[in-house]
Amino acid sequence: MNQPPETPLLQVEDLHVRFRTPQRMVHAVRGVSFQVGREKVGIVGESGSGKSQTGRAIMKLTPPNGIVEARRLQFQELDLARASERDMLKVRGRRISMIMQDPKHALDPVMRVGAQIAEAIPDDLRLSKAERRDKVMAMLEAVHIRNPARVHDLYPHEVSGGMGQRVMIAMMLMADPDLLIADEPTSALDVTVRQQVLTILDDLVTRRGLGLIFISHDLNLVATFCDRVLIMYAGHIVEECVASELAQAKHPYTQGLLASLPRIGSRNAKLAVLNRDPAWLNG
Amino acid sequence: MSDATSLRAWLTAEVTTSPRHASVQRFYYGWLRLRANPLALVGLLILLALVMVAILAPVIAPVGPNDQSLTRRLLPPSELHWFGTDELGRDVFARVVYGSRITLYISFLVAIIAAPIGLAVGTTAGYFGGWTDTVLMRINDIFLSFPGLILALGFVAALGPGIENAVIAIALTAWPPIARLARAETLTIRASDYIAAVRIQGASSSRIILRHIVPMCVPSVVVRITLNMAGIILTAAGLGFLGLGAQPPLPEWGAMLSTGRQNMLGAWWLAAIPGLAILLTSLAFNLFGDGLRDVLDPRSE
Amino acid sequence: MAEHMNPEPMISVRDLRVTFGTGANQVHAVDGVSFEVKPGETYGLVGESGCGKSTILRALCGLNPNWAGEVTIGGEAMTPVRTRSFYRRVQMVFQDPYGSLHPRHIVNTTLAEPLAIHGIGDADERIARVLVQVGLGPAFRYRYPHQLSGGQRQRLAIARALILEPQVLLLDEPTSALDVSVQAEILNLLVDLRDRLGLTCILVSHDLAVVAHMCDRLGVMNAGNLLEELPVSALEDDSPTHPYTRQLLAASLGYDRRLASGAVEDIGG
Repeated sequence: MNQPPETPLLQVEDLHVRFRTPQRMVHAVRGVSFQVGREKVGIVGESGSGKSQTGRAIMKLTPPNGIVEARRLQFQELDLARASERDMLKVRGRRISMIMQDPKHALDPVMRVGAQIAEAIPDDLRLSKAERRDKVMAMLEAVHIRNPARVHDLYPHEVSGGMGQRVMIAMMLMADPDLLIADEPTSALDVTVRQQVLTILDDLVTRRGLGLIFISHDLNLVATFCDRVLIMYAGHIVEECVASELAQAKHPYTQGLLASLPRIGSRNAKLAVLNRDPAWLNG
Repeated sequence: MSDATSLRAWLTAEVTTSPRHASVQRFYYGWLRLRANPLALVGLLILLALVMVAILAPVIAPVGPNDQSLTRRLLPPSELHWFGTDELGRDVFARVVYGSRITLYISFLVAIIAAPIGLAVGTTAGYFGGWTDTVLMRINDIFLSFPGLILALGFVAALGPGIENAVIAIALTAWPPIARLARAETLTIRASDYIAAVRIQGASSSRIILRHIVPMCVPSVVVRITLNMAGIILTAAGLGFLGLGAQPPLPEWGAMLSTGRQNMLGAWWLAAIPGLAILLTSLAFNLFGDGLRDVLDPRSE
Repeated sequence: MAEHMNPEPMISVRDLRVTFGTGANQVHAVDGVSFEVKPGETYGLVGESGCGKSTILRALCGLNPNWAGEVTIGGEAMTPVRTRSFYRRVQMVFQDPYGSLHPRHIVNTTLAEPLAIHGIGDADERIARVLVQVGLGPAFRYRYPHQLSGGQRQRLAIARALILEPQVLLLDEPTSALDVSVQAEILNLLVDLRDRLGLTCILVSHDLAVVAHMCDRLGVMNAGNLLEELPVSALEDDSPTHPYTRQLLAASLGYDRRLASGAVEDIGG
């Protein structure tokens, strides 16, 4: 907390994402503003809160029937809101990377894992085949894969969930990005494997000074893993606080959510049911 | 006016009050989705026009389809004979109009014979698996391995020419792809939790297949049959062309195309007009079938 | 020991084995599991994916006839093929509310089906009653599943399981696919119904907090084996002995980087 103030990596101001459907216009993200520095920021929300669409809007990966508008979407020196697709090609995967929930769906099933990671190396580095292989091996070790040579030649279906996710992380970090967006990266993983993957993410973020946006529905996980937490409801950010102070949350939605979680020790007690106040729809 | 608005209110009501209300509402929303697809609507309109033409044939046609006039043979299209006359002086327009009845008759009969057979075979094979599946699917494969027209030819040759035999022959070639489709759907549906739920209620296999699996297969079967309709019409036309379907003097479009071939260079309208009718009908079925697929896709619900 | 002090177990499982596949590809999904559930008790089965907990439920409810071992439910020894009357005594609620309801059947049909199968009359009254029991009013009766929210669908799934008035309710991760705020409603409903109807339940979940909330005792599973059985109070005062259970307990509290390095080894590579 005594470090000199730095300009944040990402500054989002008044982000709106709308979808045109045959029935009506769906307003998925309604005027969201936040900043991300070289820290771990969690975005928590239930289904329909707009958290995933916020992540995608930053990378300009919103589905074609979506309309993204923002007063400002500043990533370091670029204003992503006004960037062209050509500019975005230089940003996606290079300076901002994204990890998704299920590695099996994000990996090409007919290509060996090592080859896929190598593909993520930017072309303009002009490395030889041997240099690329070394870089891939180094990254596999960095994600704590104990036998990188063996894993390098495996196909995605031969790789377990936790390892698959580590391969995804390796792939996403090859180009040495500054910002990582992780959309439910551990939801499909077993609880014990989750701890390992999160530790790897934690280490990488600290050592390389990355910014991390961690999108999840798991309030408890985000509160214990991230530095700061943003709670989203119906397209708005309703709460923003330091992770360790989540228990003192002020917004009734956050308080209601915390109160409704079953805990060890809450045996057979009636869980407080969240009473949705329609006023929350307005942020 | 208030009747219309209360009907609208009933159709879009938030709370449905009976099973019939629920299904009518679902049908209505499906109709709205279909209506939003212009090409599908075009297809539907053409098909409806075809049905109207078939029903109102005696009213629309100026003369009977078999009224010959040997002095007025091979006349080109004119105000008197909109599509000209053929080699026996019959009005081509009248023949095409009456021919629509035969086309619809064949298409409809083939659909209601082939679809249930295909559904029954496919769902049974898919649900039971094992030997039932193997035996049924090998029978299916035998039928599938013949090109449609050749197989139909074989059946007609055995059964004798004529429109009813042509219908049976074509139906026998149309059910195998339906069975294959139904089987594939059943394999997926069989593994779902809602089937597991009804199994642990103690339902018998036949109840599960009839009440739970078949309703899920019907949409894709309907779409497939509609899209296959073009092929069915063409097969019927092919049989007619070869003289094995509708027999003369029935104004079946394929048969008309066949006789029209002989005079094609001098009297283009004899082949072109029935050909165009076949084309338009096939196209209409295809467009409508595509639109139906978008509406009936359960994933979009 | 007086009999009323030690009632006959409602569910008794002895050396249950379920195997999938043959030869080299054989998987022992459940490898000799034994446990008992007393009448009115809620027993939890906890473990991660692939541990065999759901497989046990499917063998118990009659979905999978390929099991070996001894299973007794309500004093009656079970055979692989169940009688129709069995299904009136044992029912199951599935995990995915979006997949466990027939998409083409309205609520009324879904609830009428089990009654029709068992030839139970006065269906109309029973359907209306069970809808009230699960907190769905009559307005929902003629709706399709896609017109219901996740929580409403799960309520319907519970109603469907209860309409035959079973004594045993098997719950396969009933809240895992629901939003956090909806989970609380459904858990409250399950606890309420369980208490009012005196149901014996087995609750399968990977979420230790959910199991601790609803159950009296639990069994911890891994790779087809039952590692440890303990009362829920043991979780509360942090006394489980098996290292795997301790790991699950720690992980349920959220991320703690001090623990991750001491975790059970990498799976391959």
